[in-house]
Amino acid sequence: MSAFSAINEEREIERDEFTPGIEPQATWCPGCGDFGVLKALKQAMPEVGKNPDEVALFTGIGCSGKLNSYFNSYGFHTIHGRSLPVARAAKLANPNLEVIAAGGDGDGYGIGGNHTIHTARENHDMTYIVFNNEIFGLTKGQTSPTSPKGHKSKTQPHGSAKSPIRPLSQQLNAGATYIARTAAVNPNQAKEIIAEAIEHDGFAHIDFLTQCPTWNKDAKHYVPYTDVQQSDEFDFDVSDRAEAAEMMRKTEERLYEGEVLTGRMYIEDERPSYGEEKRQIGEMPEEPLAERYFDEDAEWERTYDNLLEHHK
Amino acid sequence: MTDNELIWRIAGGSGDGIDSTSQNFAKALMWSGLNVFTHRHYPSRIRGGHTYVEVRAKDEPVQSRGDGYNFLLALGDSFARNPQEEAYYGKEELKPLYENFDDLREGGVLLYDEGLLDDEDVDEIGLEEAAEENNWHVVPMDLRGIAKEHGREIMRNTAGIGATAAILDISTDEFEKLIKQNMSGDMQEANLNVLHDAYEAASELDVDHDIEVPEGSHDEEQVILSGSNAISYGAIDEGCRFISGYPMTPWTDVFTIMSQHLPSFGGISEQVEDEIAAAALALGASHAGVKAMSGSSGGGFALMSEPLGLAEMTETPIVLVEAMRAGPSTGMPTKPEQADLEHVLYTSQGDSARVVFAPANIRECYTQTRSAFRIAYEYQIPAIVIYDQKIQGELRNLPASHFDEEPNADPGSVLTEEEIQDAAHHSSGKFQRFLHEPEDGSNVSPRSVPGQKDGRFLATGNEHNPSGHISEDPENRIAQMNRRLNKLDDIRADLDENTSHQTYHGPEDADYGILVWGSQQGTVFEAVDRLNENGHSVKALGVSDMAPYPKEEVSEWLESVDEALVVEMNATAQFRGLTQKELGKYGDKMSSLLKYNGNPFEPAEIVDGFESSIDGEELAASNMKYVPAAGD
Repeated sequence: MSAFSAINEEREIERDEFTPGIEPQATWCPGCGDFGVLKALKQAMPEVGKNPDEVALFTGIGCSGKLNSYFNSYGFHTIHGRSLPVARAAKLANPNLEVIAAGGDGDGYGIGGNHTIHTARENHDMTYIVFNNEIFGLTKGQTSPTSPKGHKSKTQPHGSAKSPIRPLSQQLNAGATYIARTAAVNPNQAKEIIAEAIEHDGFAHIDFLTQCPTWNKDAKHYVPYTDVQQSDEFDFDVSDRAEAAEMMRKTEERLYEGEVLTGRMYIEDERPSYGEEKRQIGEMPEEPLAERYFDEDAEWERTYDNLLEHHK
Repeated sequence: MTDNELIWRIAGGSGDGIDSTSQNFAKALMWSGLNVFTHRHYPSRIRGGHTYVEVRAKDEPVQSRGDGYNFLLALGDSFARNPQEEAYYGKEELKPLYENFDDLREGGVLLYDEGLLDDEDVDEIGLEEAAEENNWHVVPMDLRGIAKEHGREIMRNTAGIGATAAILDISTDEFEKLIKQNMSGDMQEANLNVLHDAYEAASELDVDHDIEVPEGSHDEEQVILSGSNAISYGAIDEGCRFISGYPMTPWTDVFTIMSQHLPSFGGISEQVEDEIAAAALALGASHAGVKAMSGSSGGGFALMSEPLGLAEMTETPIVLVEAMRAGPSTGMPTKPEQADLEHVLYTSQGDSARVVFAPANIRECYTQTRSAFRIAYEYQIPAIVIYDQKIQGELRNLPASHFDEEPNADPGSVLTEEEIQDAAHHSSGKFQRFLHEPEDGSNVSPRSVPGQKDGRFLATGNEHNPSGHISEDPENRIAQMNRRLNKLDDIRADLDENTSHQTYHGPEDADYGILVWGSQQGTVFEAVDRLNENGHSVKALGVSDMAPYPKEEVSEWLESVDEALVVEMNATAQFRGLTQKELGKYGDKMSSLLKYNGNPFEPAEIVDGFESSIDGEELAASNMKYVPAAGD
């Protein structure tokens, strides 16, 4: 019997279950795109049939990091840039958990960039949502890794000399098996993409455009947007790596030309998740490790019986 | 005193099989009934560079390296880059022969491979004069030739063992047994032939010397292992089934041992992108209900600072190990030092709330790693095991029964789902994970684990209220800070009651004391025995609990002596500083003997250091530093 009865509990899930009984006052500004992520995430949960006690939401630091203050599930608000390594170990410890990680563009593409690359490379079965507002919000408007070249801020008074990071292309190269871009102003698409990402068996990366009305005033609210799956202009095969790469390049470039392209960019269903790979080579138990600690009948082997012979 | 002992040094280049040969030699001597202890010295290089291992063997228990050595097997460095030229680092091929041959004791034997080392070159290093002066017995033998005759050149080390056995009059039975156990087929046959041929050839030389290899016997079954083995086995026996890490010397050893064995115990090992991730993964696994560890050495541990603070703030149990090497920065990667104490105690922002144990030997590596897990998971606090390259690499025999202990996989203060139903919940629906005043009156608020029904809460590095929500309310702040820090007092009381990690040595009523922490303990204890034999009145205290500090024990002990010498392998007397800070006094009672040249103390150095400190004389040796007590 499982020690975790919330996992795979058979029942109808209501979206409101994910709203805390007493909701802390949001720290986000009026009109902030982060509200859109919260709403879409809550809406996606009944669709994927997950309840609050089987979802573990790991966040980084920044405005986006507050997501699990307003989302009723198990939450771990970690440190700047490090949500992914904490999250992926929880998934290894208990693969039956629904693991979601979230953070901002500074968090995931800047300080935590190394983890973003390696977590994608390993293809952990989890969902990663990057709140991309092209700015550092919580520290009051500094240039971020996705700010356009020439972006002026208090820390870049002459405009940034750096080209922005290409998050979609980077994730494709790193090894993510589901890559999409959506926007806070497009709640239906966002909800669908989050639901698909959660159901995807592998590392799903969502670059979520979240407008910052306070510190990025001149930037667009990401309207109008085009859904590349709905548009005749972009006829590409989302499972073809080369075509996906080309689509991503266009999406990244056109954002800085004022055209907002969104939708599924790459989906690969064949590649096994990291947990499966590890089980296949005998480096991960079949049963979730976390269960063993609650199982009174579990047998715990000791080194005296197994390893000491070699030292005699 | 130390006459009846063998200190056999095998020296060669990295890649010449020095390590494995010394391990076999030590094991064979253990089988023959002796007690053994090894000391390892190697460069930060893969191939070439002077490497040596000393195997010290006695009939009585050995707990330290000795003073110098009395038998040198110099194979020469077959991987030297410029064997015939004077290189930047000196003549590399010859280094295993001449570098610190001063430490070879008077009357010692020096056996070298003239198959590799040219006799003319050997003449140039002044061996002949030195041998005459010190009454050394120099034995050139063509070990390479013997090896090549039956097999491959690498078997020079087997030839060296055969020759050593003949010269010291040790039976080859145990060596044969080892070769048969470790090898098969042609390989086995070739090695046996090399062993016997070298034995015969050396016997004919009839080397006349005074070294007497003692005879001994064990009254119970022995095992020989390293500190890294003992730390790993302690972790596994305490239910650790998750390790994450990134390679770094000397920590790599524990990481490797755990990675090799954890899967067969149903556990998981993860090699990850960096040490920040390594510590963060251990946190994530622990948060999800698994007993987890990570670790590194100095520089890698520095990267773990922030996850370590997160573990303190979120009260997520983890065990980290820190394998010290000489710093600062990259320092001397393969050399031991005890200079990361302050780093480990204080790194990460804010007031630290952590447990730090410094085991002194292989036995303590096992027991204190187990303590670290028990304390970490019971009290929801990070526990760190700090040790150094010396303990990591040294081998020592001890009774197998030391490990005959029951496993303990108890995840500590975690609730079951039934218990969660009865536990306090906030009106937001969140489980009260961080109660100001836990129901049992302790300072530990039991946790739930993701997936448990109705156990959801928020863990956050921000200050938080009982259900985990971010809060900057001053009263809440004080309550949470006090509860987290008060756990340290509870842990101190728990340790005082259940498991003293401090070790006392020498006559209780002695006038003087030597205070030591970590890996130098055994050497200090041996020095204390000698000092008492020399007519001094000295005792020693080995301290392992760095945090929470054992104030009562150390105060009582310091009160009982007139003066104390604090021995440690660093330049700034970190442990003495800690003791003074924790006890708020005794600065005028404690002087320091420090060593930071990359080599651990020898017992005779501590004897000298102590005697000159008592006599108020300058230290004769330039490889140590004496710092007087305040006011002296």
